[in-house]
Amino acid sequence: MALVLNEEQLMLKESAAGFLAENATVTHLRALRDSNSERGFSDGVWNEMAQMGWAGIAIPEAFGGLGYGYTGLGLLLEQAGRNLSASPLQSTVLVAATLIGELGNPQQKEGLLPAIAAGQKLISLALQEASHHAPQHCALSATLDGDSYILNGTKLMVLDAVAAQTFIVIARISGTPGEEQGISAFLVDAGTAGLTVERRSLVDSRSAGALVCENVRVPAANLMGASGSAWAGLNRALDIANIGLASELLGVSIEVFERTIAYLQERKQFGRVIGSFQGLQHRAAELFAELELARSIVLKALHAIDDDDPALPLIASAAKAKLCEVAQRATNEAIQMHGGIGMTDEYEIGFFIKRARVIQHTFGDYNYHLDRFARFSGF
Amino acid sequence: MSELEQFRQETRVWLQENCPEVMRQQAKGFEDIFNGGRNPEITHPDQKLWCDRMAARGWTVPQWPKEYGGGGLNEEEVRVLAQEMAAIGARPALTSFGISMLGPALLHFGSEEQKLEHLPKIVRGEIRWCQGYSEPNSGSDLASLATKAEDKGDHYVINGQKIWTSYADKSDWIFCLVRTDSSGTKHEGISFVLFDMAQEGVTTRPIKLISGSSPFCETFFDNAIADKRNLVGEEGNGWTIAKYLLTHEREMISSFGTAPKQSVGQIALDNIGADPSGRLSNTVLRHTIAQYQLDSMAFGATMARVGDESKAGKGLGAASSIFKYYGTELNKRRNELNLAVCGESGLGWEGEAYHEGAISRAWLRSKGNSIEGGTSEVQLNIIAKRVLGLPDA
Repeated sequence: MALVLNEEQLMLKESAAGFLAENATVTHLRALRDSNSERGFSDGVWNEMAQMGWAGIAIPEAFGGLGYGYTGLGLLLEQAGRNLSASPLQSTVLVAATLIGELGNPQQKEGLLPAIAAGQKLISLALQEASHHAPQHCALSATLDGDSYILNGTKLMVLDAVAAQTFIVIARISGTPGEEQGISAFLVDAGTAGLTVERRSLVDSRSAGALVCENVRVPAANLMGASGSAWAGLNRALDIANIGLASELLGVSIEVFERTIAYLQERKQFGRVIGSFQGLQHRAAELFAELELARSIVLKALHAIDDDDPALPLIASAAKAKLCEVAQRATNEAIQMHGGIGMTDEYEIGFFIKRARVIQHTFGDYNYHLDRFARFSGF
Repeated sequence: MSELEQFRQETRVWLQENCPEVMRQQAKGFEDIFNGGRNPEITHPDQKLWCDRMAARGWTVPQWPKEYGGGGLNEEEVRVLAQEMAAIGARPALTSFGISMLGPALLHFGSEEQKLEHLPKIVRGEIRWCQGYSEPNSGSDLASLATKAEDKGDHYVINGQKIWTSYADKSDWIFCLVRTDSSGTKHEGISFVLFDMAQEGVTTRPIKLISGSSPFCETFFDNAIADKRNLVGEEGNGWTIAKYLLTHEREMISSFGTAPKQSVGQIALDNIGADPSGRLSNTVLRHTIAQYQLDSMAFGATMARVGDESKAGKGLGAASSIFKYYGTELNKRRNELNLAVCGESGLGWEGEAYHEGAISRAWLRSKGNSIEGGTSEVQLNIIAKRVLGLPDA
């Protein structure tokens, strides 16, 4: 696939940019934060997004989606990154729907994907157990008991934990933490006895939480895929998720860069605009070059999903590592080049570095993915 | 059979019959590449034979119009020819600045008479060209050049000095930036002229580089003569042509940044070894190599993206402004890593055990990549001002 957007994708990008810049901006995020919103996003705005088909943007048409592929979803996430739009796009549309597509049986797909596409169902993945991404170290246990499983353990960093109606809980059926075999995925409804959600307030003001399972009984029918064999599907879903996160980081990076360039053009010191100083010009130009590389690797990675490229794991880690690096540099340079005002809560740049940092750590940070990229590169 | 398919069949047969066996083996180095000229340097007589056969069909420059000696092929046919040549491992029949630089400029800015005079000789490899741009006091500030051309009616008399003239000592003609007027701003009054190097007023002196090779020369003009028929474009309009050509040159140099066949990571594994988990045993070096390979991949994707955008009719986007800067910096990083992974065996200078110092010489030569054709700092200035719209100091 050529590394360009087609007409349909360009229209989607434009309409997403327009809608989000109007309805889901940093101002809206600030209001959610200041009102201590439990859910962390506006249901009204989410409903409108769903009505435009965004909840099913990458879901196949056979399951009620738009079938725009991940390139389409990536464009939405990029725009969400530019505006810091709070919504379940990441938790439900990017991660959960993908995982259901990878691991779900026909009934599970039929039952869940159309509901997600219609914006009627919020689902979130419960994966992390420690402070660093290490999916094979899953320890939350699932023990077969008659025709159900009993889950015990705790999950961290569950996105939209308060709003989610269902969780996909990754659990160990056999083996020991560190082994890829023996890992399974279960669909667990939020109201299930023994399941507790503890809301956790994160630096980016978005909603996440911990999920505690104490003897949670789950019908065996809620097991996704063959017992103990979720690893391959989980991995592919995580690759796709990381490419989606890279798209969002791209949006964050482009936005802070453009705001910073605008500031360099207007802020005056020593009797002239600071953008005329070569020390700042070269740093801005270097960052521009990095952003161009970031755009290319994200588009290449999105196409790798839609083209079913066998090198997806390597490309996914490349995209995530590169975007972690670029977003960190762009947000840091943004604060430095804005000077004192960039340190204030009143100014919006701070929201971007906070959001970027959370996305950077989600499902593996720069260090994790650069190491993985090197391994898949054969060294 | 479609016309294109028929062209492919005929091309395949012709290449099989006409490409000498030796020309189907990879060139061993720079000196193995055929550049043509009045006294061509050859490592094998078949180089000349191959060039003559290809030139007879205009295929040394297949995309140029037939009336100027080119092949007159359309874009698809050019691609088919390249594919068929690649299929048998055929080398390019002729590589020259005439093809890559002067030709495109003449097609764009030259008069009909100039095109008819010079282009066919480029196609046939009869004349080897060099580029007279930089001067001892005009490096990054190229437009300050001072080589003077005096109007003598039907010709110019040229006095001054050029430097970093690639292969001037081996070239027959020069395309040269000269000052025809010094009354206006520095960008005004520059003219683009062509003249024969085989005249009394022109001398060249090769410059030995830190890499040990001498690809560049100092070039001196002492009352050199340029016929006015060889003024390209209007008098005083040379800067426009110079900028056009610099874009070509920068694209050429930035392609050095594309990844080589064997990855640095692989060379490192072969030389240094892995730990039990299969990772390169020196983890600090592994990190640096991974960063390089990641950037190299992202740069490759950027070249592909810009190519695809241009094919889709979206023009050459802002991304192309980073090519020269990023490509050359990447190439320097790769060469630094090459030394790191080869260790002391990369320090050789001469002798077969060290492949005649290939690693150390390439490393040293790469330092020039971010200087020649516009330094990295000039490139960053251009991005800051033209792309980002930041004001002058």
